[in-house]
Amino acid sequence: MSRLNLLLLQIAIAAAIILVWYIGSSVPIGGTCLLPKFFFSTPVDVLARIEKMFANASIWRHIYITLTETALAFFIGSGLGIVIGFWFARKPYVAAVLDPYVKAANALPRVVLAPIFVLWFGLGIWSKVALGVTLVFFIVFFNVYQGVKEVNPVILANARMLGMKDRQLMRHVYWPAALSWMFSSLHTAVGFALVGAVVGEYLGSAAGLGYLIQEAEGVFDVAGVFAGMIVLAIVVLVVDWLVTLLENRLLAWRPRAAERI
Amino acid sequence: MSSGVSSALPTDEASAIELRNVEIAFRLADRSEYRAVRDIDLSVAPGEFVTIVGPTGCGKSTILNAVAGLVAVRGNVRVFGAPLAGLNTRAGYLFQQDALMPWKTALANVAVALEPAGVPVVEARDKARLWLQRVGLANFLDRYPHQLSGGQRKRVALAQTLIRDPEILLMDEPFGPLDAQTRTLMGDLLLSLWSADRKAVLFVTHDLDEAISLADRVLVMSAGPAARIIAEHRIDLPRPRASTDIRLEPRFHALQRAIWADLRDEVMRAYDNAKAGPE
Repeated sequence: MSRLNLLLLQIAIAAAIILVWYIGSSVPIGGTCLLPKFFFSTPVDVLARIEKMFANASIWRHIYITLTETALAFFIGSGLGIVIGFWFARKPYVAAVLDPYVKAANALPRVVLAPIFVLWFGLGIWSKVALGVTLVFFIVFFNVYQGVKEVNPVILANARMLGMKDRQLMRHVYWPAALSWMFSSLHTAVGFALVGAVVGEYLGSAAGLGYLIQEAEGVFDVAGVFAGMIVLAIVVLVVDWLVTLLENRLLAWRPRAAERI
Repeated sequence: MSSGVSSALPTDEASAIELRNVEIAFRLADRSEYRAVRDIDLSVAPGEFVTIVGPTGCGKSTILNAVAGLVAVRGNVRVFGAPLAGLNTRAGYLFQQDALMPWKTALANVAVALEPAGVPVVEARDKARLWLQRVGLANFLDRYPHQLSGGQRKRVALAQTLIRDPEILLMDEPFGPLDAQTRTLMGDLLLSLWSADRKAVLFVTHDLDEAISLADRVLVMSAGPAARIIAEHRIDLPRPRASTDIRLEPRFHALQRAIWADLRDEVMRAYDNAKAGPE
């Protein structure tokens, strides 16, 4: 299947959804619309709202803030995940002792922490960053832990026979192995950083895309809610595309999974 | 015929590798002990090429790991006369499995072998380029291992091991996974590189033809567990050898028959053991 066909099909799906939405919300069948305007708004209204957001440029500030929180959550969470993942993998005793705590912390729904973070870090960006960090940390941590623990023993033995000592093993074997595991979860990690930021904003803030959506919901402004969600979706797609570019650069050494048809 | 069982040859100068009365055992999951090999006496003189043949699962690789210092042993392991403690730093090891770092290009994989010796990066890369040229991969410097064929990966691994100029080469069925033609080519490549500066080589294989065409001496192992060396054959074929030609010589066939006579019963025994239950 060519790229063009793929793209056309993808656009067709969006067009179909919008069409159904438009007909349902704007064309009365037997006197009433299938999708009442109050609950579903209309594609035209939502588009007009998005246009307005970009026209008066207010939206950029919100996108900027959400992306800042996402980036901070991603880098801090990854940093902690890498350090502690390495530590656990190299010290199995520490890992064994702390195992139940890690499991409990990971299983805890992070949303319940959000209000606590607001109390601790205030309504600014740091409470959102903290929420994102708790999500990103575990993804990176588990991957790095696994990556370092399951380094191919033959590659390790070979490196040792080549005369490598601890520091060189770290640099040439453990570190690349851990990074390759981490990069393979890059999409998930970045995605969760964004989720943390938006959920945090949604639960209490004065700026950001989550705030925008929450504010619109507060006044039953359905067009505003949909407009916010669509902008968020576009931001997510762009971020994901950037991650793919980065990933292709970083993992050039890896065999591609059988190329798509 | 100079073949037949004999005691390991005594030499005046220190052997490159010397195992005396070596036994290697592993602890299994159920805490019982599995004796892989026992009563191993062998020596490899400097510059000598020794191959070990034996049925599958007889502990051939275990002996190599012992000489490399990768497993603990009971008994005496000496390297150039000195007892081995920890890793054998004077040996290069070519593994059966792929052991290249998949995240490094062919060039980087070979060059990195010089880093522990403190060779500057630029110099290491120049030398690596030279070695990859010697193994016939001058045009594949920037390929990652997954972009190379099995034979090409072995060539990179060979360059990676030889660039450090180890005094001893340990080879664990290094060409085992390759097809027959490639294996013959790799054998010839190895011999031509080896003849340039005759290192002591201990080469493990299950392929009798390969063992004879490469070696000065072939050791035959019994079936495991508790395998031991049951025969030793001196290979008096002239060098330099081209393995495709030498395999047509009558002397080659005589040696092949003699060694196979020792090996056959063990192979059958290993086969029966494997049928009887899991190893």
